Amino acid sequence: MTAPFLILAALAVAGTAAAMGLRNGVHCVLALTVGFAALAALYLQLGAQFVGFTQIMVYVGAVAILAVFAIMMTHHPGLIEAPFSRNWLWGAVIAAAVFATLARAISLGTASAPSAPPEPSATVNQIGDALMHRYILPLEIVGLLLTAALIGAVIIAIDPKDREESE
Amino acid sequence: MIGNGILKGLAETARNFFGSYVSKDRLTTVQYPEQHIPQIEATRDFPFLVYDGADWESGMRCVACQICEKECPPKCILITKSTDKKPDAVGKPQFYPAVFDIDISVCMSCQICVEVCPFDAIKMDVQFDLPTDDRFGGLLLDRHKLAKSNEYYHQIHPTEATAVDTALAAERAKAAAAKAAAATPKPAAPAAPAPAAPKPASSTATPAPAPVAPMPVKPAEPPIKPLASESSKPGETK
Amino acid sequence: MIAAALTTQDVDQIFVLIKHALLACVPAALQPIASAVLSIIPILVAFPLLFAITTVLERKGLGRMQNRYGPNRVGPAGFFQPIADGIKSLTKEDVVPLSADHAVHFLAPILLVIAAFLGYAVLPIGRNMVLVNLNAGVLFFFAVGSVVELSVFMAGWSSRSKYSLLGAMRAIAQMISYEVPLVLASVVVIMQAGSLSLVTIVESQSGYTGIFPHWYLFTPWGIAGFILFMIAATAESNRSPFDLPEGESEIIAGYFIEYSGFKFALFFLAEYLGMFATSSLAITLFLGGWAAPLSFLTFIPSYVWFFLKLLVLICFFIWIRGTLPRLRMDQLMGFAWKFILPMALLNIFVAGLWRFLPAGPLNSIRWLVCIGVLAAPCIVLSFSLKQKKKLLVRTYHFAE
Repeated sequence: MTAPFLILAALAVAGTAAAMGLRNGVHCVLALTVGFAALAALYLQLGAQFVGFTQIMVYVGAVAILAVFAIMMTHHPGLIEAPFSRNWLWGAVIAAAVFATLARAISLGTASAPSAPPEPSATVNQIGDALMHRYILPLEIVGLLLTAALIGAVIIAIDPKDREESE
Repeated sequence: MIGNGILKGLAETARNFFGSYVSKDRLTTVQYPEQHIPQIEATRDFPFLVYDGADWESGMRCVACQICEKECPPKCILITKSTDKKPDAVGKPQFYPAVFDIDISVCMSCQICVEVCPFDAIKMDVQFDLPTDDRFGGLLLDRHKLAKSNEYYHQIHPTEATAVDTALAAERAKAAAAKAAAATPKPAAPAAPAPAAPKPASSTATPAPAPVAPMPVKPAEPPIKPLASESSKPGETK
Repeated sequence: MIAAALTTQDVDQIFVLIKHALLACVPAALQPIASAVLSIIPILVAFPLLFAITTVLERKGLGRMQNRYGPNRVGPAGFFQPIADGIKSLTKEDVVPLSADHAVHFLAPILLVIAAFLGYAVLPIGRNMVLVNLNAGVLFFFAVGSVVELSVFMAGWSSRSKYSLLGAMRAIAQMISYEVPLVLASVVVIMQAGSLSLVTIVESQSGYTGIFPHWYLFTPWGIAGFILFMIAATAESNRSPFDLPEGESEIIAGYFIEYSGFKFALFFLAEYLGMFATSSLAITLFLGGWAAPLSFLTFIPSYVWFFLKLLVLICFFIWIRGTLPRLRMDQLMGFAWKFILPMALLNIFVAGLWRFLPAGPLNSIRWLVCIGVLAAPCIVLSFSLKQKKKLLVRTYHFAE
């Protein structure tokens, strides 16, 4: 529980809590982005450079922008929704139950290793090696999934006139 | 080949860049205020009052006839006639302007005051850089600031000034000849001043068109006739 | 120390020596923080100074290219113009629209400047002169570069103005589209060097055969990669001919239309800093970083070479700006997805070919094959594009 960890953890929690609590949709996404950045910093603090920088590049650089575009295009700024939903008691109960489960699992897991484990050396070389040898099949399937998503996005976004011309 | 146009464009701009250091005629910028674009002779900016001789007060040609004040479209000329008379260049006692102000923030350089002046007293200057930080009187030129010598007029508009001088000299000679002619034959004396009076008017009207188009002569005639007919009309109806 | 003759090694390492001398004066407990501060200050001083010089150079250079003088009133030949510009931008009134989102409006330029400055942390400016030698240096640089898009969106959206929102959308679309070729063009260098660390990449280019250096520029995939990288870098920093999001005549300054005074100056600064950062990365990846171009010129210090190369690239940017007209949005996007991206992928294939073809005397087979593979689509494209243009004689129906 070093100082950098505490600061970054507080930032992550604050960011995501603000993402739930703020009224304006775009503000929520920007607060969530702060949470993403804090998470990336936590990865870096643990020594996982590749994952940390990829988290920034993908989440902050692409997913956050995707989210703001989505909110911007669908959200009507005039609507003032009630800050609390009507079933907030049920939500609080379920959230408390999930938190209790996770806390128990984590505390049971770390209790057996009080000292810090040896720092795993996950250099980019090793990650690339693993991706190309051991995890080649998941890599290709993910590539296919992304291609399908890209084609789907183009079809959704294409003008009906262009679609008739191309058909 | 792809990218060919871009390479040609790059070569062109590189040629411009290095050429601008080598050949000075590429850069046509006039570095104001160190350099000025030479002005043509017919340049006009704001009016000034011409004076003959050395003393600006006594040599001023303006006789405060107030024609330019009345003709000025934005009404930027403000004249107050004097109460006494002083002799003009010919020797005839004339009024002079006690106050002659031009507001150059209003003046639009239309040159109508120059066109209508019967005495060649007001002409157009060529100075345009007259900014001032005095908000309340800096752009209101009084007659002292407006008075500039005939030599200055020759400097800025040589052809015009020589034409004006010739015409004035001819007119003065004619006036002197008329005076000499009027002095000798006594019975023709009452008839002589009458033709002598409209003659200076017509002879001053003719040199004025020389630098400008011969317009002011013609419109001077027709307005008189309708006025004469109009003045007779109320008499008829009544 | 002053009496001893300074060797070229000392001159080369002078900033490192100064830093170590200053650090020795600081108590041991504060040394990590002092070391960080002492390393950051030169970056914070040098690159904004370069930004100031670049604004004057650009205006004067563009002027000369357009057969006119640039600014030549303030200071000798106008070189104090940035001081006048700085005073102007500091004293202008900061106008924020009433309906703007004040918090996001304020944070956008700050985030942009932070992202722009963070990229300099991994660039080796001279021998042993890198702020942080990260193992994943290139990845860090691109990660930080993607934060720029978020701040552009914040700037455009928070102004609550049609022009700024439209400009921001266009700018983000352009930046995301050109980020892919940018990364792919640098992948070839990573493949060849075998590491993501920028210091390793520079060191792998620091040998000489005879007098010629081993820069990656002097390989077919290096030339192609460099050209693709520079095109993508021009688009990433919204510079002409890709400056539609901020073109004054098109969209009235796009996403920074509602910013005035110092915030506008911050945007300007961040844009130029981004340009310098991507140019510096191009220098590091393709032009050998701080290495001298010819082997007998190594007596000139390494940081001098870095800045000279950076100046050459800046002049190239200015040259391109003065030459090319602005690309329309659809032309821009089509260019990215239909030409630059496939060429970048082809370039990766060619780099692989280069590695596996035999390196004989003069490497002639390798060169011919690689250049052939790269040039073939360009030639085919130029023929097919020419055929589409059938210029007809213009007929006027109504004018006689």
